[in-house]
Parts: sequence; structure tokens; C-alpha cells
Amino acid sequence: MINENIAEIRLGTASCGIASGAGAVLEKMQAMAGDFAITEVGCVGCCYAEPLAEVITKDGQSIFYGNLTADEKCLANIFALSEEGRFVEPEARKQKTLPKVLKLAGRINPVSIEAYKAVGGYEALAKAQAMSPEAIVNAIKASGLRGRGGGGFPTGMKWGFLAAKDSAEKIIICNADEGDPGAFMDRSLMESVPHQVLEGMLIAAAATGATKLFIYCRAEYPMAIKNLKIAIEQIKANQLNIVHGRELEIIIKEGAGAFVCGEETALIASLEGKRGTPRFRPPFPTDSGYHELPTMINNVETFGNVPCIIAEGAEAYASIGTANSKGTKIFALAGDLKYPGLVEVPMGITLREIVFEIGGADPEHVKAVQTGGPSGGCIPVELFDTPVDYDSLRSLGAIMGSGGMIVIGKNRCMVETARYFLDFTRRESCGKCTFCRVGTARMFETLERITQGEGTLEDIDFLETLGNQVRKGSLCGLGQTAPNPVLATLRYFKNEYLDHVEKHTCTALECNALVKVKLDQSKCVKCKLCIKTCPTGAIGEDFVIDPAKCTRCNSCIEICPKKAISRHPND
Amino acid sequence: MEKIKACLDKIAPEPGNLIRGLQAIQTSAGYVSDEAIKVAADYFKVAPVEIEGVLSFYAQFKRVKPGKYTVAVCDGTACHIKGSPLIMEWLSDALKIRPGETDAEGNFTIEKVSCLGCCSLAPVMAVNGTVYGKLDRKKVIRILKEYQNK
Repeated sequence: MINENIAEIRLGTASCGIASGAGAVLEKMQAMAGDFAITEVGCVGCCYAEPLAEVITKDGQSIFYGNLTADEKCLANIFALSEEGRFVEPEARKQKTLPKVLKLAGRINPVSIEAYKAVGGYEALAKAQAMSPEAIVNAIKASGLRGRGGGGFPTGMKWGFLAAKDSAEKIIICNADEGDPGAFMDRSLMESVPHQVLEGMLIAAAATGATKLFIYCRAEYPMAIKNLKIAIEQIKANQLNIVHGRELEIIIKEGAGAFVCGEETALIASLEGKRGTPRFRPPFPTDSGYHELPTMINNVETFGNVPCIIAEGAEAYASIGTANSKGTKIFALAGDLKYPGLVEVPMGITLREIVFEIGGADPEHVKAVQTGGPSGGCIPVELFDTPVDYDSLRSLGAIMGSGGMIVIGKNRCMVETARYFLDFTRRESCGKCTFCRVGTARMFETLERITQGEGTLEDIDFLETLGNQVRKGSLCGLGQTAPNPVLATLRYFKNEYLDHVEKHTCTALECNALVKVKLDQSKCVKCKLCIKTCPTGAIGEDFVIDPAKCTRCNSCIEICPKKAISRHPND
Repeated sequence: MEKIKACLDKIAPEPGNLIRGLQAIQTSAGYVSDEAIKVAADYFKVAPVEIEGVLSFYAQFKRVKPGKYTVAVCDGTACHIKGSPLIMEWLSDALKIRPGETDAEGNFTIEKVSCLGCCSLAPVMAVNGTVYGKLDRKKVIRILKEYQNK
């Protein structure tokens, strides 16, 4: 029953695969395959085609089957190596992406140290063990690697600070509190290649003389935590946690859902079991961090880069990228585009290439791209030729951030997008600094007023003034960047703000208060589905919608088979 | 009381483990009760008010007992622009409760969460941790029915 040419069958069972139904698919596949073991792997990044299986033939070919269902006929295609049901990665996506950090993601069993070693895993650690600590730090410095969590601080310099400290105990923390809504690079890395992240941490320990390693992971990522725990046990069993003769402790701590804990001093407070409020720096964590010990914090993706740098050499690594941003960056592409998923691209690639060529977004339909989550900004389509690196994005009022990239279509309102982000930051503000605590709340209320059609021109000026004050008057990154989504949309999409305020219209037809739902009688076939569906009874027997009762919930629009119902500007 | 204490058994009583301890309590009971706060305060040797402070700071902790099924609607950026406010609206309509509330039968709690990390499948929601993606109205109602009939 299984084609004799098949050497291995892999099925992606990371969180996104499971959410698409990979669990049931695996069960069915294994039942059909009998003794032939299906390999569970992580995520290859093509999330839009999940559940996704890869067949490796005996002559080394790789064939994908996508959008699988737990249906015998669908799965039989795989075992027969049939032409039907194959998934081919779009050519542009294949050519423009450069998987280095993600090279092994989705190719190996994440929780098998043997599988990781078989493809060169832990060779970089062995190489680092033979190097002096200074040599490792110098290699990271020479590679030009900058922090992938968003700040972009040179990693080698940070390592150098910790290495220079004279202390019996030193701490390294892996920041896996991926709090940016719309970002999932770190989750995918931890789920798919936990050993690679841990190898990076062990190399960092070899370079800096650290004695204790923490991973601070958000509790919303249960699979990442599970895979890391298994990997740590395997490391201990293989004695890989003995670095330069020192036995290291590796501890996983689960976060409890606070965005501000991505900030390093807040993260340390949380790790100590307290409320996660940031504190003033200096002293920097490398001087006084976790329980006053010298502490260094790097992001998951930063650690994921380290084995690549040590294995291939700093020079080869630095040959990719732009003058000040070296290597590759992983982006989580989502929003209004055809091929959402995870992509790793060389620094310096343009937004146009990412959004249109890799993401397959429709150029007619795209308005902007949002980078950097709630701390970032929106970049309009006119500026899509900008190269993606730390400095270019900052000059546009956006930031690289941790790598969330949300494509925003023309049917989305930018004022509403800004309101959404301020709603997030106002709730996540820890409350320590007045400007952040009160300022974000006032900005949110103002934006709320504008989306309700009750805003004034003074409100727009107020947003600009207050935005700059919040930026200056806050202690940590959360408050300093919270106004970015507002200031960036004011910079590029002021016309939308003015439309709301002066004309009381929302061009994108998104803001409910400025929109009416109407039924086109000429298209209507009187099937009454809308009347049955409407939760508020706003549609009468004469098929006329009562705007006073209608909550603009879109239920009727979704259900109408003739697309006779749609949103319109208020008269 | 004994059950709460049992949750903390395997955790060393250092203040640094407070969050872990509270997480263990919540995993077992579904929420952190007033009684649990007293037990944890004794165990970790910190004031109850400090524990209340930690609980109110982190979004994960619940102080009231949730329903049998917790429906977590993702409101991350990708989900938001793909229509998560509508999903919340539909759920609220169907269950007659607002976000953060539990229905009278104690079956369902709905809550808004910031990101489930499955952005490429937006909009998504999770019922007791099982994630459902690419939602539309029909799918939401069907999933809800499935759990109602369980």
C-alpha cells in the first residue's frame, strides 16, 4: 500500500498544524500506514497550506501534500505518491527566502537529540568548547548580529559586558515572552528546533562564563514549553550542559501574561516572582540583574542565530545583509495576503518583495504594512521599496520589532487600527509612569471618539502633542513606543483622520458608528436567511434593515447567498 | 484546603516560585480563590496583599470560577483585522454573555486574549486550549454547538 519509493513521511504538528487539524490527520495516517512510522516535525513556515505532509523519496526528492484532511481518499494520495493533492511552494517564495536559522525547522523531529545531531547539531557547541571565551565573543561581534527581539542592540557587545564581569554566579536569560500580538517566530523556533535555541544559549554560557540559564516563556505556548523541557532532559542525559568544565543549570519559567515583561528589567522582576514592573536603568542587568547578579538577556531568535555563526564562521554570516544589519530575519507574515506564514529573508530585502512576491498579496488591495506590533508603525504602500533593516524602518517611524508583519488591506481603517493598538498598550501599561498610564488611556479615549464620529480637529492635535509627551515621559520601551501606531498613522494617513472628523465618514467602511447596512432589493431572492440570522431582529418582513436596531455585526452579510447586503457610508 | 496544599508540594517555598505556585493552583482549580491566597501566603511566606498584587497584574490569573468550557477569542493584530470583534459579537449573542462573563449554567466563559500565535490562520479562537482557525460565522456557531452537545 505504501509506494516503495518512499523513504520518509513527515507531518507538521506544531501549534499551527494542530489548529488546522493535524492531530486527526496524524491518527488516520498512522492507522493507514501500519508499521511505517510517520515522523512528526515542526513548522516549515507555509502555514496557509496546513496540515502539511512532506514525503522524502529514496532518491532524495521532497514532495509536499497540503491542506490535508483526515479522509482516507485524501491521505491515500500521499502513500501512493500520487500527482493529486501535491502542494508546491510558490516559486517567488522559494527564491526570495533564505532559510538559515529555520533551515532545520519542519525537517527533523523537534524532540529527538539524535535527529538534531545527525544534521550537524551541537557541532557548533563542540567548536565553541575548543575556543577561548574571548574568541567566541569576538566571533559574535564580528558577525554583526543584533538583538532580534526588536531593540537591535549589538549582541557581541552585550556578551562582552557579561564576560568582563568578575562574579561567581552569572545569569543568562532567554526572552521567550513573545508578547507582540501578530508575531509567532519565537514560538515556531522553540516548537520546531528547541535544541538549536538551547545550543545558542550554551555557546553564550561558554563565552560569558554564565552559571545558570533561564528561559522565560509565555504560558500561552504550551507546546514550546513541552518541547524545550524534553530537549533539556536530553541535554542533561548527554552531558552537553557541561561547558568549559562547569555544569550549568537550565530552568524554564512560565510567564503569566503581561506584555511589559518583554522589557528586560520587568522580565527579571517577574522571574523573581514579583509584579513585572520595569525599573530605571542604569544599573543595566549585566551589572545588576536577577537577584543583583550580572545577567544577560537575549531573544529566542538571537540565540537561534548563534550556532549558525559559530558553525559557518562570522565572516560568512556577515556577508549577508546590509551595512548595519547583518544576517537574516524571520518574519511572521499575516493579515490580508494569500500566503501567510513564517519567512526568513536576508536583511535588506524590500517590503515590496516580502509582501507581494513572497506573501502573494494583491497590489491593488494593499494599503499598508504594520511592523513591530504595538510598538511599531504602519508603512504605506508608496514606501514599499524601503529595504528592511533596523535603521531604514526606524527612519520611517516604524521599527523592525521582533518580526510581526501584518499586511493591511484597503478595507481596513487606519484610525481603527491605531485605536486597537492603543487599547492594547493602555491595558498592558504597568501603571508605574504617569504619562504611560494616563496618557495612553487619554489617547485611546480620543481615538475612540474619532472612530465614533464625534472627534474634532483639536482631538487630532491633542493626539500629536500627547503622543510625543508619552514618548518622552515613560521609563521603559512600552511607554516610549506606545504612541508609535498613532503618530505613524497620523504621518501617513492623516486624510483618514480628517475624513472621520470633518466628513463623519470612514472610507474603509469599518467604523460601525459611521456605517449603515443596506439590503439591495434588486438582488434579494427573499430566502429570509438574513431575517432568521439577525440577532437583534433588525430586518423586517419587508426586507428593510432598521438602522436603530442593527448592531453592524455582519451576520446577515455573511449568510446572504446573493451578496445582496453590504455596508455603506451613513447618509 | 488540602487539595490546594497538594498543588504546591513539588514547588520549593521560595518567593521566586510564587508565580509558578499560583499557576499550579489555577491549573488544578481553574481559578485562584481567597482561600488559595491564604494557603499560598503561608507557604511562600509573603503577605496576602502581595499575592493579590501579583494576581491582578498578570492577565493569566482568574479570581472567579470559570465555566466548564473557556472560549478564548484571539484579538491579536492579525485576528483583529480579520474580524475578531465580530467573532466576539457572535459568541456573545449566542451565549448571551459579555467577554469575561460565565453563563448561568456554568458551562461557558468567554474571554478576549491578546495572541494565540496562530496568526496565519486568523481569525482564531481556542476552546479549553484547542485552537480553531480560519473562522467564519458558520464555523463559530458549529463549534459552539459541538461543545453544547457534549
